[in-house]
Amino acid sequence: MVVPSLAPCNDFKDWGAKMAQNKAKMVSLEEGGFAIFLVLLAFACIIVAGKTFDQVMAFHAGIGALFAAVSVFLIFKKYFDDGGEVIPAEIDGKPNYNMGPVKFGTIAAMFWGIAGFTVGLVIALQLAWPALNFDLPWTNFGRLRPLHTSAVIFAFGGNVLLATSMYVVQRTCRARMPGKILPWFVILGYNVFIVIAGTGYLLGATQGKEYAEPEWYADLWLTIVWVMYLLLFLGTLWKRKEPHIYVANWFYLAFIVTIALLHVTNNLTIPVSIYSTKSYIVWAGVQDAMVQWWYGHNAVGFFLTAGFLAIMYYFIPKQADRPVYSYRLSIVHFWALIFIYIWAGPHHLHYTALPQWASTLGATFSIILWMPSWGGMINGLMTLSGAWDKLRTDPVLRMMVVSVAFYGMSTFEGPLMSLRSVNSLSHYTDWTIGHVHSGALGWVGYISFGAIYCLVPWLWNKRNLYSLKLVNWHFWLSTLGIVLYITAMWVSGIMQGLMWRAYDSLGFLEYSFVETVEAMHPFYIIRALGGALFVVGALIMAYNLWMTVRHGEAEEADATPAGSLAPAE
Amino acid sequence: MNETYSAFAGFAQTWGLLYFMLLFAVVLAYALWPKNRKKFDDAAQIPFRED
Repeated sequence: MVVPSLAPCNDFKDWGAKMAQNKAKMVSLEEGGFAIFLVLLAFACIIVAGKTFDQVMAFHAGIGALFAAVSVFLIFKKYFDDGGEVIPAEIDGKPNYNMGPVKFGTIAAMFWGIAGFTVGLVIALQLAWPALNFDLPWTNFGRLRPLHTSAVIFAFGGNVLLATSMYVVQRTCRARMPGKILPWFVILGYNVFIVIAGTGYLLGATQGKEYAEPEWYADLWLTIVWVMYLLLFLGTLWKRKEPHIYVANWFYLAFIVTIALLHVTNNLTIPVSIYSTKSYIVWAGVQDAMVQWWYGHNAVGFFLTAGFLAIMYYFIPKQADRPVYSYRLSIVHFWALIFIYIWAGPHHLHYTALPQWASTLGATFSIILWMPSWGGMINGLMTLSGAWDKLRTDPVLRMMVVSVAFYGMSTFEGPLMSLRSVNSLSHYTDWTIGHVHSGALGWVGYISFGAIYCLVPWLWNKRNLYSLKLVNWHFWLSTLGIVLYITAMWVSGIMQGLMWRAYDSLGFLEYSFVETVEAMHPFYIIRALGGALFVVGALIMAYNLWMTVRHGEAEEADATPAGSLAPAE
Repeated sequence: MNETYSAFAGFAQTWGLLYFMLLFAVVLAYALWPKNRKKFDDAAQIPFRED
């Protein structure tokens, strides 16, 4: 592709001079390819926005057009600024890591995290005091609830996974990520997906499938972004200087590949029209339910488990300054986990139209999962053997170790709840909500916080965090919050289940449904209090990180090896 | 319908089981093979190799 003769900006002369200076090169295949794709996308979005009868579609197509157009502008601006110079993969024999997208992902994770936790708190309060729905369609529980789950899982968790995976794969391969545009396309494209999905829920566009709510056009866009992410990850592995692929990368790769497979299969839908937000799945009824929960449980297994185990296998050894307890166990852990998890989905559909053998299969594999889950937990915890004293002085490490303890606890509880007899009591009750949150707040939340606390000083080249005292406050406030949350939900859930199945001496149901709701009210208030403490903890964290970046003491050039935290005093 | 079920169940309970056991044995052998010890001990140090 030839350089266009007219630059789309005023300071054309400036660029002209720079280009002459830099002996402008041809636009690379990558730059040109992305630009052509995005121009076409922008036009397609404008056409859809203009012709659609669906206001939500018009709004989303408008976002798409804006994103695509701005991206094309930025690609060419960058090209004219640096004259198409290729960024060196190495400088003085050292890898020239690409940390810009990692920084963006870290900030985005913190932003979405606080947003998602806050929406969670709002819906917890709505359950206690339904008037907080405000009788508006956009703020009712049914729309805010998927906003909360998607914001914490995909927006917060997803950005943590994107950022850490880009960091870890570069570091452990000792190679720069390939591409100039590609890494930015992945991280920005993913966040555009988040915006489209989130605003869609509020405006009422949803597939109505748990954790797979985004409609067909958002799904298609995510598929494109995700394939690019896979290529980016594989490309970095391909360029590696380290002959062995470190175990964390295996977990990241399993996460990326499996999510691609799950996402595509569970979203094989046919839109009513390309101008409509609405679509229908190609299969129906129990098949759809089975695929949905095969997807749903593996979103837990491969997004919330495999991805975050990758974080555990890199960041805990780094922060504890000792290698993982047993590398051999990590290999067994990896293969056992990925081969077993994929079968566990049917336990979400006990006592439904699903054949009993399928639900038995799901429960059996869930029980077998105890083995790799606890193998992994032991591996994470025992990494600290001989260095347990660090827990006393390093709150970041303490956060990650407590995270692994929560992992052990919730992966013990989960298989138990997958058994048909336990499930008949626990399913559809708050026990499930409590179980999910001990995994989500305890395991995923804490390992993510730990990783971000490590990453921010490393990325912004600071000697240490602004305040370890504030990390301590964050740790204790949110731990108290989690404990309040899960204990309230245990009591409330088991009580609810027992009340539902209570019969009087004549064989009538002892309680009406509304009586069970009334009985749960105090526990809803306790849960909301726990959630509030968790939000406050996250706000303290954001302040601490902000101060670290703005006022943290810069890392001395050679005093400590680059990328390591100074030990906690 | 019932025949499909028995056929599936029969296959899973024999060959499925065998397949998983075999796979697990291969993974264990790979992880525990004495010759691989040095390689894995070395791999555990990768996060600490900085430049």
